[in-house]
Amino acid sequence: MRQHPTVAGLPANRRLVVEVLCFGLIAGPVLYGLIGCARGGRAGLVLAGSTSVQPIAELVAEHYEIDYPGRSVSVQGGGSSAGVRATQEGTAAIGMSSRNLKPEEQGLNTILVAQDAIVLIVHPSNPVRALTREQARGVFTGQIRDWSELGGADRPITVITREEGSGTRGAFEEMVMEKQDFSVDALVQDSTGTVRAIVASDPNGIGYISFGMVNDEVVPMAIDGVMPSRGTVASREYTLARPFLFLTKGQPLPEAQQFIDYMLGDKGQGLVEQEGYIPVKERAR
Amino acid sequence: MDSEAKHRVVVSILWAAALLTLGVLAYIIALVLVKGLPVVTPAFLLESPQAMGRAGGIFPTIVGTIALTIVAVLIATPLGVGTAIYLTEYTYENRLTRVIRFGAECLAGIPSIIYGLFGFIFFVIKLKLGWSVLSGGLTLAVMILPTIMRTAEEAIKAVPVSYREASFGAGAGRWQTVTRAVLPSALPGIVTGIVLSVGRSVGETAAVIFTAGSSLHIPTSVFSPTRTMAVHFYILAREGLSMERAYGTAAVLIILILAINTVANGLVLRFQARGG
Amino acid sequence: MRFLSSDQFIRRALLVSALSSVAMLALIAIFIFAEGTPVMLRRGIGEFLLGTRWAPTKESFGILPMIVASVCVTLGAMVIAVPLGVACAVFLAEIAPRRVANFVRPAIQLLAGIPSVVFGFVGIVVLVPLIREYLGGPGLSVLAASIILGIMVLPTLISIAEDAIMAVPRTYKEGALALGCTHSQAIRRVILPAARGGIIAAIILGMGRAVGETMAVIMVIGNAVKIPHSPLDPARTLTSNIALEMGYAAGEHQEALFATGVVLFVFIMILNSLASVKLAPTRR
Repeated sequence: MRQHPTVAGLPANRRLVVEVLCFGLIAGPVLYGLIGCARGGRAGLVLAGSTSVQPIAELVAEHYEIDYPGRSVSVQGGGSSAGVRATQEGTAAIGMSSRNLKPEEQGLNTILVAQDAIVLIVHPSNPVRALTREQARGVFTGQIRDWSELGGADRPITVITREEGSGTRGAFEEMVMEKQDFSVDALVQDSTGTVRAIVASDPNGIGYISFGMVNDEVVPMAIDGVMPSRGTVASREYTLARPFLFLTKGQPLPEAQQFIDYMLGDKGQGLVEQEGYIPVKERAR
Repeated sequence: MDSEAKHRVVVSILWAAALLTLGVLAYIIALVLVKGLPVVTPAFLLESPQAMGRAGGIFPTIVGTIALTIVAVLIATPLGVGTAIYLTEYTYENRLTRVIRFGAECLAGIPSIIYGLFGFIFFVIKLKLGWSVLSGGLTLAVMILPTIMRTAEEAIKAVPVSYREASFGAGAGRWQTVTRAVLPSALPGIVTGIVLSVGRSVGETAAVIFTAGSSLHIPTSVFSPTRTMAVHFYILAREGLSMERAYGTAAVLIILILAINTVANGLVLRFQARGG
Repeated sequence: MRFLSSDQFIRRALLVSALSSVAMLALIAIFIFAEGTPVMLRRGIGEFLLGTRWAPTKESFGILPMIVASVCVTLGAMVIAVPLGVACAVFLAEIAPRRVANFVRPAIQLLAGIPSVVFGFVGIVVLVPLIREYLGGPGLSVLAASIILGIMVLPTLISIAEDAIMAVPRTYKEGALALGCTHSQAIRRVILPAARGGIIAAIILGMGRAVGETMAVIMVIGNAVKIPHSPLDPARTLTSNIALEMGYAAGEHQEALFATGVVLFVFIMILNSLASVKLAPTRR
């Protein structure tokens, strides 16, 4: 049969090179992957939900895994509503929410694991540092459009809000918006990190994030005369407080219960305090 | 301006266009590599992340990327190549094959977020696979299947009829013909399609976050959630956790994709040289 | 072993694999349509496609703002990609010396390999602040998305357009030159018109790619749910909408997202059909 110009027809040494390369390209990653899997932990507890609760949950999970070697906890974001849904569907063993459950979200256990507040933030160059609740509402509904209306520079306000499924947004709606809609001009971002990053780079920006996530890239604002701080949030003097909740469907499985206990114990609550949130015990009188 | 002068102007404009395009490419790659390569040490590649990625390395994400890609390719390749062989070698061209081909072309063009939506609702929730390598791998497999089918079919079709005729003339059966006369010539084209699909899966983010999850643990089984490098980069950059590590992850990702592209281009050149 | 290699067995195995592939692909198409069409019919297709208010928690499912945003962003991307892309295609096919072309061509294809999240990131870090400072607005805008998408679409457009130009028979060009045209006159008057079908197909397929992009767009477009009135306005495309809300959407809201998927599916199908019609004459 006539020799077709196929791999079989290449001169022997070139063919060897090609074959070794192909083998290496395939075997290499497969081996790497297998070794990697052998080194790793195992599929374990899955938490999902609020991106505000996520950082502290991840931190506690890290310590949990050190204190209980062999246990594995994976934390997923998605927003409070996604957390509610994941818990209901069974995709997550524990859901995370940064707002109270709505009346239609029934059938889930809620466990308070930390207290947090919603803080309005602006760019460091912005002279406006205090708002009343009505002013805040006016800004976020789009009725107040210019910083000059609030005593600031003659610049348009860039409003940044969270996506609809966000617990932070839900809590903000509950406490500030009084059933009014957000401005259609508002930029929508799906994580606290991006809201903070945008406000940090846009001098006209204003957004709302979790109290524990405020850093020195942005400036917190006083609401109704009260600056948010650990003291004012714990005593409820700062009024925009909201709960961090763990959600379970019915009784938690032993593994989930162990993590919840850890979260509520000294180690977990110590980390809560360290990260700037309010531990469960420090409630308003 | 006389015609010759006009022609020179046109040529300059065309050179400028090419240089502008290359310039943009060079800028993006340079930006990522210059800021990212300093971070990429052996430790970075072999250690696990700490403090959610603010410190440490990206090893689990590399494993996750490889795991997802392997699952996707292992599922999509036999199906896609088998279908291509069947459609070209074992059936006649008829309405059904045209419909299948059109369907595959359309599905190859569907936005990946729709695959993500499908995978999330179907694999993660309805089939109860949860966020896992399997859910992510299946979703990616369905995403690359049309592309593999199409490129395999084109590669097989490009093999001259004479090869098959010679093979039959020598007394070979159909399957023998396929494996000994057709596939070897079509192989570079098929592999190119697979390699390009791999490149696409490696960079895929939207579909993967919702199906494979974003766990930073090394996946121990196909049922474990995992995070790929693209997802890790997205999360690091978006949450502002660590810009250096974000750049580092992007650098590793880009180098990996460059390597994949080079292999694919090399195969294409060989394919063309053979007159395919 | 005889059994394993028997032609009948192989034939059946291949048939099974073909049927499985078709089943998988059909599953997706059917699933999307099955989940998405009921809500469109229930609420009225007109109201869905032309409603200007998207507020799922208040049972309002109008996707017109998203459609307009997707269209604007795609057109904007084409404004950037078409001149630049066709010029590069002409460059590669007609002007560049072979060595240069063999270097430039794979280099441009590299652009296709860069993940979209990296494009989005570069957009946020470089492009958005530039737009905000020098052009105004929040920077996160239709313009930013158009520029990023235009760059992302270039490799697809260039490669298909180049194929179309190379497919024009040499005799056309030689005839023009013999009649005294300069090279660029030959290009403009003879080659490009002859390659028109393939170039249009390239543009159409580029549009399809632009419409489907998600991650890069989400990062730079601002995601405000309103009809953009200027390129500096933020907006939300169909794909960004799905990505932003799919994590928590349930019930009718989820169906509405699938309905958005149906709209995208149908749109891509139309684009693909148009492209094949245009490409047919130039296919070997």
